[in-house]
Amino acid sequence: MIKHLRRLYIGLILIFLYAPIAVLIVLSFNASKSRVVWGGFTLDWYKSLFTNEIIISAFGTTVLLALLSAFIATVIGLLGALGINHMRRRQTQIMMFFTNIPLVNADIVTGIALMLWFIRFLPLGFISVLLAHITFNIPYVILCILPKLKQVDTSQYEAARDLGANAKTAFFKIVFPSILPGILSGFFMAVTLSMDDFVITYFTKGAGVNTLSTMIYGEIRKGIKPEMYALSTVMFFVILLLLLAVNFLPSRKKTAK
Amino acid sequence: MNRKLLSYPYIIWIIGFTIIPLIFIFIKAMTNADGGFTTENILAIFDPVHRKALISSVELAFIATVICILLAYPLALLLRDSNVSNQKLMLFILILPMWMNFILRILALQMLISNNGIINFILTHLGFDPVQMINTKGAIVFGMVYDYLPYMILPVLNAITAIPEDYIEASKDLGGGRWQTFKKIILPLSLPGVGSGIAMVFVPSMTEFVIANILGGGKILLLGNVIEQEFITSMNWNLGSGLSLTLMIFIVITTLLLGDKDSNDRGFAP
Repeated sequence: MIKHLRRLYIGLILIFLYAPIAVLIVLSFNASKSRVVWGGFTLDWYKSLFTNEIIISAFGTTVLLALLSAFIATVIGLLGALGINHMRRRQTQIMMFFTNIPLVNADIVTGIALMLWFIRFLPLGFISVLLAHITFNIPYVILCILPKLKQVDTSQYEAARDLGANAKTAFFKIVFPSILPGILSGFFMAVTLSMDDFVITYFTKGAGVNTLSTMIYGEIRKGIKPEMYALSTVMFFVILLLLLAVNFLPSRKKTAK
Repeated sequence: MNRKLLSYPYIIWIIGFTIIPLIFIFIKAMTNADGGFTTENILAIFDPVHRKALISSVELAFIATVICILLAYPLALLLRDSNVSNQKLMLFILILPMWMNFILRILALQMLISNNGIINFILTHLGFDPVQMINTKGAIVFGMVYDYLPYMILPVLNAITAIPEDYIEASKDLGGGRWQTFKKIILPLSLPGVGSGIAMVFVPSMTEFVIANILGGGKILLLGNVIEQEFITSMNWNLGSGLSLTLMIFIVITTLLLGDKDSNDRGFAP
């Protein structure tokens, strides 16, 4: 009995979380443009998706923005974390205080503050959005890398130095491999956050540029194009497969043994 | 070579894109359209319309946070009891919806609860009267809970699964019943997780404007909506900045009250 209640509770929460996603997936196959009436099964929206230049260009901007901002944030964040790791306690506290500001602050305030500053020296557009995305990505990268750096065994690094390795070799042979998981998860988190951001992009983008989020928001009154449901369904399943592969496939190292 | 030099690019980034923008919003908030000093924009929060929006923001964010705790905590307890491989899969299933575009998910909620939406369609076919759900405060809370529930589940689950089994065994050995074990062991040890969950749900809910626009139909103004309108439609950037500054003060107070110093148990860091 208790076991059934437990299953029921977990089941209800899952229905709550997945119902809207199911709606979007069903609509992507709906022949009727209406949001409520089922007009029969079709794959038309998937076909016309590839000829819809507005959606394809917004998708391109979103992906380019995500990869570029995540890459730059990972480089700056990695260097920052390495530096912070060697700072004295007081300095570390100051750095972490400023690192936490974009994390704790409301997106709307971050977006507005950046916009007020950008318009002084930069036309709002792709570059301003990129700078904004790097800004909110760096703190997450640092929070992913710092704990890994703290776990690195410094005696191994020193042993490498004693055995004649220069600082660079010792770093890439000892430190880098052990913090690599942190660097990668920081990068992927940055990609995810950048792709899902709406508020900060909305305030820093200016007129010409659109990501998927800002494009959808602009189309709400006119009505969302059904191709958008098709695109989001494709993206959802691509991400599902990627995540399943990363999380549940046995890693190559283990199978080699 | 001094290794601290490595963080110079980051320090420059902090100054250029964290500190200077905040100074700009502060200056904008403290001046009027002609550039003269004024406290008007800060005091504007006491204007009845703005005060009402602030109260609505805090009220809805509070309700959404409480509902998130009530949903997430029992779930975390249930998941603690299930076996480990199962747990990894469950966590995966719970986080997966966050990868679907946020605005599309809110729009899908709108399709579910609107007057001629899917839920009402089912209700009328079953012979019930349709229910007005969209454009109410309840709809906005529903959207907030939907969007931020994973942010509550993650830290709470992290905190609860981190409690060593030994502690619970020890409590049982010493004669503690289920309720006593919960009250004396699990609850106190899971509170830090609940704390970071609150920070991660309350702050974004309080500053929300997209959910209120889509599910509230523009009829219910939250402080986020007022700020957005000042910037996008009314073009009174000084007032918008003043209200943003007020919002920031509320966020700082909330975070200080929660004492969220350990950002590592936000449930994000691997």
